[in-house]
Amino acid sequence: MNKTSLYDEHVRLQATIVPFAGFLMPLQYTSIAHEHQQVRHDVGIFDVSHMGEIFVEGLESLEFVNFVLTNKIPRGPQSQAVYTLLCDEAGHIIDDLIVYPLEDRKYLFVVNASNTDKDFQWLLRQTASFEVTVNNLSASFGQIAIQGPRAHEVIAKMISPNAEQLKFMNFAFMDYQGKSILVSRSGYTGEDGYELYADPDTINGLWRKALDKYKVTPCGLGARDTLRFEAALSLYGHEIDDHTSPLEAGLKFAVAFDKEFIGREPLSKELENGIPRKIVGLEIIGRGIARADYEVFKNGTKIGKVTTGYLLPDHQVPLALAMISRPEAILGDEVEVQIRNQMVKAKIRDIKFMEKKYKR
Amino acid sequence: MKELRFSQTHEWIRLSGDAAEIGISDYAQHSLGDVVFVDLPQIGSHYEAGEEFGAIESVKAASELNMPVSGTITAINEALIDHPELINQKPLESWLIKIKVTDASHFDHLLDAASYAKAHK
Repeated sequence: MNKTSLYDEHVRLQATIVPFAGFLMPLQYTSIAHEHQQVRHDVGIFDVSHMGEIFVEGLESLEFVNFVLTNKIPRGPQSQAVYTLLCDEAGHIIDDLIVYPLEDRKYLFVVNASNTDKDFQWLLRQTASFEVTVNNLSASFGQIAIQGPRAHEVIAKMISPNAEQLKFMNFAFMDYQGKSILVSRSGYTGEDGYELYADPDTINGLWRKALDKYKVTPCGLGARDTLRFEAALSLYGHEIDDHTSPLEAGLKFAVAFDKEFIGREPLSKELENGIPRKIVGLEIIGRGIARADYEVFKNGTKIGKVTTGYLLPDHQVPLALAMISRPEAILGDEVEVQIRNQMVKAKIRDIKFMEKKYKR
Repeated sequence: MKELRFSQTHEWIRLSGDAAEIGISDYAQHSLGDVVFVDLPQIGSHYEAGEEFGAIESVKAASELNMPVSGTITAINEALIDHPELINQKPLESWLIKIKVTDASHFDHLLDAASYAKAHK
């Protein structure tokens, strides 16, 4: 089992440690609800060093990244990161990722920890007709996310006031104690915040400083999931997987049909012929919490399944995201979720469980 | 005389004659984290030892509840429906169900407090 460079910190802070994507990661330090609230109302810090960092470099790197990724990647260097999907020939999702166009011939992919090896192998296989090299440098990078309404203040004081100038999805390299760190105004919580990438030692130093000097609350994977769920952000293995198309998952904004890419043909056909499924929100009316993989029924017929569900802090009723048959995805319609051996009533709603607080 | 025993699946049972109260252990509530929901059975329903009689949900996930001995439900703790956090606060006082024991033979296979504490520090 792998450990991030912050593992000893998690132990020192008495976190509940769980295996996740081959890493021993903190699930929670105090309680998921408390950590969730700290991010919504103050500021929290997450160790996300398990995420993968894959570099694409070379003469034809721009052509290559645009061929393998669904979204349009502009020639580097840019100050804007891009959310995109990596799809297979069937238009199904191999992974979702953020691309940093660092130089005209150098692109950084930040991928899900659970998919790093799969993505890397897939990318290597696509390089045949391109003059590019693909390197998995995940082990050389640490990553932390500082998220919440006080995040900008902490980053301004801890790193540079220049970080305040960045808008959502902007990034820049900044000096910190003689080291260059990648500062990105992004995150996975629905809050304003930053993601920082650097060598593991520098990341450890930043973590300690954030906790000790700026009183940032350490938050685990538990709160990371409740926060991203409330912001209705997809998680690989739940809302999206290798049987799901970006269109079904509501991620059309990350698919550029005005270029060639792997999976374009089946996806444009899907667009023409009608997208079969859709991610909807569910509000549970009966008693119970609809969890991942619970089945959803309409008038006794199965129409889909829950992808994620929680009773969140500050919400009166349990909520869920569900992938259901598109013709049945009618706002306000009543459906049933099978919770253990009971059919529990639920109402189809939009997925806007909260207002996102991104700095635009 | 009330005797407290623990199951391998972290329920506790307090037996008094042929009546018993059942809850979850301090270790279980701590592992679960914030309890936000309890799903308790109908009064009058019967469960064999080891059978699932309900579920307890933390923020993170649902966990099933198993009967430590065979019995019939005589009461459920209504207070927990509105205040499931009581399970985190006072696990050994927050009984989930009361039962009339129909077969106490499994009771002898359960762990006493000292053995349970030793097994789950």
